[in-house]
Amino acid sequence: MNETLTKELKLPEEKHPMENILRMDRIPHIWCSTCGIGIAVTSFAIALEKAKIPLDQVCVVSGIGCSGRVAGYVKLDSFHSTHGRAIPFATGLKLGNPKLKTIVFSGDGDLFGIGGNHFIHSARRNMDMLVLCINNFIYAMTGGQCAATTPLTANTSTSPYGNYEYPFNLPHLADSCGAVYVARWTALHVRRLANSITEALNKRGFSFIEIICPCSTIYARRNRLGSGLDIMKFYHDNSVIKHGANTKDLDIGYQSKIIVGKFVDRERPTFLDCLNDWNRKKFGDKFREYGGPDD
Amino acid sequence: MKADPKRVLTGAHYLDGDHACSEGALAAGCTFIAGYPITPSTEVVERISERIPTVGGIFIQMEDELASMAAVVGASWTGAKPLTVTSGPGFSLMMENIGLACMLETPCVIINVQRGGPSTGLPTLTGQADMMQVRWGSHGDYEIIALSPNSPQECFWYTIKAFNLAERYRVPAFVMTDECVGHMTEKVIIPEADEIELYTRRYTKLPPEEYLPFKPGPDLVPEMVRAGDGYKIHATGLTHDEKGYPVMNWEVQEKLVRRLVDKIRKNADDIIEFEEEATDDAEVVVLSYGISSRVAIPAIQKARKEGIKVGVLRLVVVWPFPEKKVLELSKKIKAFVVPEINYGQIVLEVERAARGNCNAVLVPHGGGWVHNPEDIYKAIKEAVR
Repeated sequence: MNETLTKELKLPEEKHPMENILRMDRIPHIWCSTCGIGIAVTSFAIALEKAKIPLDQVCVVSGIGCSGRVAGYVKLDSFHSTHGRAIPFATGLKLGNPKLKTIVFSGDGDLFGIGGNHFIHSARRNMDMLVLCINNFIYAMTGGQCAATTPLTANTSTSPYGNYEYPFNLPHLADSCGAVYVARWTALHVRRLANSITEALNKRGFSFIEIICPCSTIYARRNRLGSGLDIMKFYHDNSVIKHGANTKDLDIGYQSKIIVGKFVDRERPTFLDCLNDWNRKKFGDKFREYGGPDD
Repeated sequence: MKADPKRVLTGAHYLDGDHACSEGALAAGCTFIAGYPITPSTEVVERISERIPTVGGIFIQMEDELASMAAVVGASWTGAKPLTVTSGPGFSLMMENIGLACMLETPCVIINVQRGGPSTGLPTLTGQADMMQVRWGSHGDYEIIALSPNSPQECFWYTIKAFNLAERYRVPAFVMTDECVGHMTEKVIIPEADEIELYTRRYTKLPPEEYLPFKPGPDLVPEMVRAGDGYKIHATGLTHDEKGYPVMNWEVQEKLVRRLVDKIRKNADDIIEFEEEATDDAEVVVLSYGISSRVAIPAIQKARKEGIKVGVLRLVVVWPFPEKKVLELSKKIKAFVVPEINYGQIVLEVERAARGNCNAVLVPHGGGWVHNPEDIYKAIKEAVR
């Protein structure tokens, strides 16, 4: 190679740009190439920096599955809990130490299949946490089984002739259960997703962001949707940004248009606000507010 | 460390076992309670929900027992001493996250006010049939600690003891009462706070760069940190190394699981507690726990009046099982008589520990009521024949 050119070539920085957020001693990660989870983690890392939250106060809790592995790669207090139980685990962390910023990072099967009950109750209580849900339409880690989010007619390993079960509309579910912040983006919308996570991190109460992600190894292959790049092109051509859209209208069909954006952004007192306000009213000075382990 | 006087209801009270458990938990410094209503255990959380606003701490009624147990594990990692309370069907649902608590070495206390089973069984009536479930109910190999009080007074003390053991060994500790003890009302003396000794969880003094969250001390128990302390730890239910990172191979599995088991087995002598009476020249020993240890008293008295030499081994800590003691006694007696409100659970352990040196005679009961002492008496008579 031309010597001058070599000199002019900027060598990549030795330091990984996300070194302060990632456990570099655990990289490479287990996710397939063209999987969307890594993109979501990147957006999360950007958001954490932008939101300026002290990293010592941030806890990440995951359940089980591909997305459940996120907790293992972030250099934060991080817990890889049981299948479906990330939300109640995070509830324990938040109530045990209300100063913590608790983030649940998990998948659609974990949060809405086995863990659905916990989701609706935490949203109802307005438990102060941010739930980031990777939706790849399938149980990926176990080999591509039908999920509560699989679009109608899509092929999975347990619906080999096509899915005939109606899937959840996740933003609508979160909205109707009382979430204070609801948004949806795809893995293509890195910048918008990061902005959304930043906003949600600064919100008090139960926030929910659905992240539509490619699973090219299983979902795309079974449905002959092409490579990871093809799916990104599909997102590009078929995502429609509609902020404030009625969450009733956000169903996702098989290879249908995907409406993305921020749909809900409202204020409601959190579980702890309600608990503290009510008890102060009832007990006055006798009420012993619990602020954390150092109290 | 002594108990906080603000949390201790010093005085003489007339309490049922459930309420005595509540007071024990508060005295022990429990600040996080997650529960789901289930008979006959609900009174424990009812009393706590009444007391907690002025005592300090959080009570939350979760959506189910899966959530209660998961929240308990999460809360423990903030430094809170956490509690959940349940009975049979709820206990079954908790098994998943009891396994997580064992794997994450998370101190927590679970009170199981046992009722008749299987399934919905006898919601309002007694049973002792969860004694094997508490030991083996979650999948995989692990060890736990289980206590069995037989009176409201003991419910108070053994709830405190359960917290101390859970914190000391970083395991779930269980208070296995039953409907009879839970709903029995008796005098309970709650002492001054400075008479209640509490174990303080051991936190590391190492800086974050040197600290390994699952590196054990000489007693096989690792020092803990709290979420938010700046250590940025990772804890996973997957098999993990001392750093807490998942490693999928047999060597790491062997090292981890062996230690999880050994930290209880090798410390068993420090954990085990029992009451022993008149075993020196006994021909037969009544081995019992919980309510059955009280029901056995008239039977033992009657047999003694007839000149039968009956000893008593009453288990306070049922798990880990006092196998050394049982083996020792088995060499000099004809039989153990084991009354329990189930169709043979702890008797299997007695039989195993006795290694064929003597008989282990089960006095079974299906649940719903306690034994007729006459049945225990007959078993004693039969055993010495």
